[in-house]
This record gives sequence, structure tokens and C-alpha cells, in this order.
Amino acid sequence: MSLALFHAIIFYVFGGFALGGAIVVVGQRNPTYSAFALIVTLVSLAGVFGLLGSPFIAVLQIVVYAGAIMVLFLFVLMLLAVKREERPERESPVFKLVALALGALLAGEVGAVLVRAERPAVGGFSASATQVAQLLFSPQYLYVFEATSILILAALVGAVALAKKDL
Amino acid sequence: MSLPGTPIQQEVAISAIKVVVLFGILMSVFSGMTYVERRLLAFMQFRLGPNRTGPFGLLQPVADGIKLFFKEEVTPEGANRWLFVAAPALSVVTAFLAVAVVPYGGTVTIGGRPILLQISDLDVGILFLFAVSSLGVYGIVMAGWAANNKYTLIGGLRSSAQMFSYELALGLSFVTLIMVAGSFRIRDIVDSQAGLFWHWNAVRQLPAFLVFLVASTAEVNRTPFDLPEAETELVAGFHTEYSSMRFALLQMAEYINMITASAVAANLFLGGWHFGLPGVPDSPLWFVGKTLAFLFFFIWLRGTVPRFRYDQLMHFGWKVLVPLATLWIFLAAALIVWRHA
Repeated sequence: MSLALFHAIIFYVFGGFALGGAIVVVGQRNPTYSAFALIVTLVSLAGVFGLLGSPFIAVLQIVVYAGAIMVLFLFVLMLLAVKREERPERESPVFKLVALALGALLAGEVGAVLVRAERPAVGGFSASATQVAQLLFSPQYLYVFEATSILILAALVGAVALAKKDL
Repeated sequence: MSLPGTPIQQEVAISAIKVVVLFGILMSVFSGMTYVERRLLAFMQFRLGPNRTGPFGLLQPVADGIKLFFKEEVTPEGANRWLFVAAPALSVVTAFLAVAVVPYGGTVTIGGRPILLQISDLDVGILFLFAVSSLGVYGIVMAGWAANNKYTLIGGLRSSAQMFSYELALGLSFVTLIMVAGSFRIRDIVDSQAGLFWHWNAVRQLPAFLVFLVASTAEVNRTPFDLPEAETELVAGFHTEYSSMRFALLQMAEYINMITASAVAANLFLGGWHFGLPGVPDSPLWFVGKTLAFLFFFIWLRGTVPRFRYDQLMHFGWKVLVPLATLWIFLAAALIVWRHA
């Protein structure tokens, strides 16, 4: 078995899980299932990143999205004991028509891009932790990076101020 | 003598052998630990512990395994069947995954081919450990939620809150090690502690080591941080409704996590396979010894200290450990800059 075939198999497994998870997220009505399915999607995407030669981004994807953010989602869902979403009594046919039209449009766009694509989206790409750090702290991105960290700090202080009534 | 096959075939075969051997070792350490823990705890409490099955009770794990295997598998009514079955599997998978990046020695040469004593020498090893342990929470959350029982739900919620609170302190305690070694690779961090034992991070970075010890005890849900399964208030926490092999799988995940935490502690803070005295060659044996010492420490702790109250736990995690670890990061950073200047 050649290495390329091995990579292709892993890619299709991860891609399949990512797509399957995404379909489950939107396709069924129990919010807790959706949250678990979203975790499957995020972890599969991390696998694809790893396959593209960037274990650092893959691991960050899991730590930040699949780990930290989704735990909070699940926490809220479990604390509120959210029940299965009920369908509205009468669904307007207009909604269905509009949804169908927009869906067809999106599918057409994706199809057009896929047909015209001549090369793989990302190739010959590798990013170790050191490379990412060098890029982030290069003059090109330094100010944006620092501005983002101030933004996060502001959000943090805001969250504490909102949650605590008397400081 | 050289090995047969093409390089890729050799690579795959070697990795497969490493995985199988490590899996076997972990399984036997796990079953051994169930016996050793009960015996040691009993001695600490002036009891005898299990001593009836085989010589000194050594066959107790076998008896336990057979018993669990033949017990009835109960799924409570109203439980979410899919997630109820998936939860123990998820716990075990994430527990075993973490072992993939733990190194246990240098390299050995077989048939002219150097073989690394580690399954995967990942560039971002520490972060990978972190990612996998953050996924491990889901097994517990899922188990707690799917059983449709208020005790399991509260156990699951407590556990996830506790794990992500202490994950923060755990991560902060690693930062200074990464700064000193200049790498996320676990092997590089072990090698940065080569030489005499005061090069070990446990000595050089004592504050980080103390924060790590507390936070990792909380991460693996051991006493005094075993609130998720506080039997006096929550029956058995998230695994109340589990029985038979599914219960065994949840227990296995906990023990494997504890073994991984000990192995990581031995690598990151006690110099891994370096002995720490002059004239003694490096050997995986030293790594095994240090790991066993940490395992003993976990049992010793369980026999010694009472359980935290929940508010104390949160207070301690957020208001003591996190500031302490952050302070140490600033101090260590200043020291590193000062040394380089």
C-alpha cells in the first residue's frame, strides 16, 4: 500500500465523519445530540488539519473548539435540561419554498466551485508551532495579534462584570 | 542482520508492535493496580484487604474480571440508549489515546535500525496530551446525562466543571517547562533535565511541580478531588447506573488516566529515563520506577486526606492555583531573560 493511498483513505474517513456530523447537527431536533455531533465534526476537521501537515493547528482545534467551547455548550444544555425541539403546529409552505430555493442555490455554487477547481485547496503546507509563532510575532501580524488579545481581555472583564452584581 | 520489508512496511510494523505491547502493559498495570490499591489502602487503615483469592489474594483482579464479565448488563428505563453505550467507550478511547505521545526511553537499535521508545514523537506532544484530556471530559458528561438520573447528572456536571477548572492550572504549570526547554515536544523537555537530579524540573521548578501535582490529581478525579463520585451525596456519581462490563470500562478509563498522569509527571518533572546521578546510564527502567512512585503517591493520598467540599474545590482551583501558576510564569520568564542577558 502506497503512502498516497493511505493518506487518501484517512482523508475520506475524516471527511466523511466531518460531513456526517455536520448533517446530524442540523438534521435532528435534540439539541444535546446536535452538540455531540458538532464535537465529532470538529475533531474530524482536526484530523484533516493534521493530515495537511499541521499538527499544531489540529491540536489547537481540539483544545479550543472541541474541548473548551463545546464543554460550555453542553454544560448550558444540561443545566437547562433542554428538551427535544417540537415542530411548529403549522409550517408555512412559503418557508419551505424559500429554503428549497436557497439550498439549491448554495448547492449550485458549491458544485460550480468543485467543477472548476483545478488544484487541491491546500498542498505542500506545513506549520509547526515555531513557524506559527514566528508568523504571529512577525511585524506583519504583531499588532493585529496584540489587538486581539486586548479584545479577549476586554471580553473577559466584561463577562466578570456582568456575572458579578457587587464587585 | 537487517529487518525484512520496505521502509514503510517496517515503519507500520514497528508502530503496530509498539501499540500492541503498550496496550498489553497498560492493561496488566491496570488490573495490578486494582489489587495493589485495595491492599495498600487496607494496610494504611489497619485492615488486610483482599487476601483470599490465590496466594496473598493476587488472583483478586482475575476474580473481579470474571465476576464483572458475567454480571447482567442493565440499561435504565428512560436512559438514552446510544449515548449510554457510547460513553464508556469514549472514556476508554481517550484514556488510551493520551499514551501515544508519552516517551518511555531513548532509542534502541534493532537490526541496524534505530527505534524510538515512543509511539509518536509529536512536535506538539504536550498540547496533544491536553487536547485528549479535554476530550476525556465528554465521556463523563455523556455518561452522566444519558443515564437520565439526577445523581448521575449532578456527578457529570460537577466533574466537567472540576476538570475544566483544573485544566487551566495544569496548562499554566506546563508553560514554564516549555519556556525552559524551548519546545512542546515531550522528549525535548525530558532531555532538558538530563544530568544531575537538581536539573529535574521538580527541583528547578518546584512551584510549577506543586501546582501540577494538585491539578493532575483533580484531572484524574482522585481523592481529595473525587467529588464526581462522592458516595455520601451522589451514590456513585456519573457511573451510578452502570453495571457489568460498561462499569468495568469506566473504571479502566480512570485507572489508565491515572497511569498516564503518573507517566507524564515522571517525564516532565522527574527527568524520565535519566537517573539523575553521575555514572548511571539512562534506562527505561528509571522511567518505570518513577511512574510507579507516582502511582503509589496517588494511593497514599487517597489513604490520607479527606475529600474537599465543592465550593472549597472551586475556590482553591481558581483563586489559589491559577494565580500561583501565573505568578510563577512571570518569575520564571524574568529569570530566563536575566540568565540570557
